[in-house]
Amino acid sequence: MNDELVFHFDIDGEDFTTAGQASVQIKKNLRQLGLSSEIIRRVSIAMYEGEINMVVHAHGGEADVKVSEDWVEIILKDSGPGIEDIDKAMMEGFSTANDEVRSLGFGAGMGLPNMKRYTDEMEIDSVVGQGTTVRMKVKFNQ
Amino acid sequence: MTVKELCDSCSFDIINMADPDREVDGCYIGDLLSWVMGRAQEGNVWITIMSNVSVIAVAALSDVSCVILSEGVSLDDEVRKTAEQKGINVLSSKENTYMTALQISGKI
Repeated sequence: MNDELVFHFDIDGEDFTTAGQASVQIKKNLRQLGLSSEIIRRVSIAMYEGEINMVVHAHGGEADVKVSEDWVEIILKDSGPGIEDIDKAMMEGFSTANDEVRSLGFGAGMGLPNMKRYTDEMEIDSVVGQGTTVRMKVKFNQ
Repeated sequence: MTVKELCDSCSFDIINMADPDREVDGCYIGDLLSWVMGRAQEGNVWITIMSNVSVIAVAALSDVSCVILSEGVSLDDEVRKTAEQKGINVLSSKENTYMTALQISGKI
């Protein structure tokens, strides 16, 4: 597999309860490509946490998932409020989610830490007032 | 042990049985969905009292073998339909979470 495969998704920011559609779809796509169940699990969970973040904080956004010979790369882009303090946002337990989100079982400050936990590389570029881009890689031979 | 065998041996109620022959491997308990997603393992039975539609997404993405709703919690029709569409096994136990865990302990 020399050519990179790219899957693109628009993440709808209107409805929290539908978050996860892109992650479930990418799970199916990766399964069709014959990737291992552990790689698929890591990619789809990292992507779901990212989707939830985009819906909760940024009114949606875009996701690209690129599959190459050695890794799967997930790029999440939004035009939301940005992250003021990335180090703080990466701490388990820190959250700025509202009560509604918390009552549904999210907002425990686990989203970004889970994304880091399940990926081999993660970079966050964020500008307050402009938006956030998160790039993650899950490598096949780690 | 399969999900169906576990269900029969503990007399759980069936809310959606999509894949009765799925093998059960270990158990995880939790209601904070991100926490569960970070820690539940593939094939686990997941015991929770949460019943919103995100439970189905988390179950699908973390590859648990089945969800057991404790305390007699059920799913509303819309969430049950989502479980059907996504092929997620969902059972319900009348007992609280601790008693439900005791029921399955030693069997899986």
